Amino acid sequence: MTDKAHIISYKTLLMTLLALFALTGITVGASYVDLGQLNVWVALLIASLKGTLVLLIFMHMKFEGKALRLSFISTIGFLAIMIGFTFWDIAFR
Amino acid sequence: MSLHQTSPHDDETGKKLGMWLFLYTEIILFGGLFVLYAVYLTVHTEDFVEGGKQLDRLFGLANTVILLISSFAVAASITAVQKSQKGVALGSLAASLLCGLIFLINKYFEWGHKFEIGLYPNSERLLDGPTGQNIFFGLYYVITGLHGIHIVIGMTVLAVAMAYVQAGKITPTRFALLENAGLYWHLVDLIWIFIFPLFYLII
Repeated sequence: MTDKAHIISYKTLLMTLLALFALTGITVGASYVDLGQLNVWVALLIASLKGTLVLLIFMHMKFEGKALRLSFISTIGFLAIMIGFTFWDIAFR
Repeated sequence: MSLHQTSPHDDETGKKLGMWLFLYTEIILFGGLFVLYAVYLTVHTEDFVEGGKQLDRLFGLANTVILLISSFAVAASITAVQKSQKGVALGSLAASLLCGLIFLINKYFEWGHKFEIGLYPNSERLLDGPTGQNIFFGLYYVITGLHGIHIVIGMTVLAVAMAYVQAGKITPTRFALLENAGLYWHLVDLIWIFIFPLFYLII
């Protein structure tokens, strides 16, 4: 990895930006459709997709080694535990 | 081995891992605030929807687009450095700094307007109004405020990286400083990607 760093082409970066614009448009559009409880889930799903694009391409995670990938996934795992246990607590009060 | 190649004492991957470890703590910091938001959203759904309607979608959308463009510019500056295109690298870093500045100006007008109509922490309007809306705006100010501080720090770090590129201290083989500055900036963008729908688009 250190000997020969990977270069992301301008084209790939631009396509990523355009995809992020498109997803932003979709999330704004979706917010005008009343889906009840589902609205927030749709918003979170689209935000996660956008976040994944930023993470993989802009933040270069797609081309990193195991140390970064696994540590990132563990962080998200801990976040999930924090969210999950909080709601578990709230649900049974 | 030429002078510009990395010396045995450099550890580019280690530098990046250190930055990521710090970013993980940032994710947990904002994650905790989002958990708070999520719990109160389930308790005060109606009030949160009413609160969200009082935020200006256009400001939120404009700032989303601005941050996405700035993230693209920072990523492009790394590609430029790797391809030895110093001018392009400096230009894209300047563009991303400009985006950050526009973001902050937007935020100034947005917050200013909220203050004018009495929507600020501990304002009479919020204290006398529904509890849920008070909580909504409390979280709005804490989360967007903390995010705004991150924008200022990110701009500072990017400006330092830009000065290093200008001085020729960041080279096609040694650019960890620029890369780490970029990672911080992308994280700030990443957090905004979640703030935007949760606060501005909630219905």
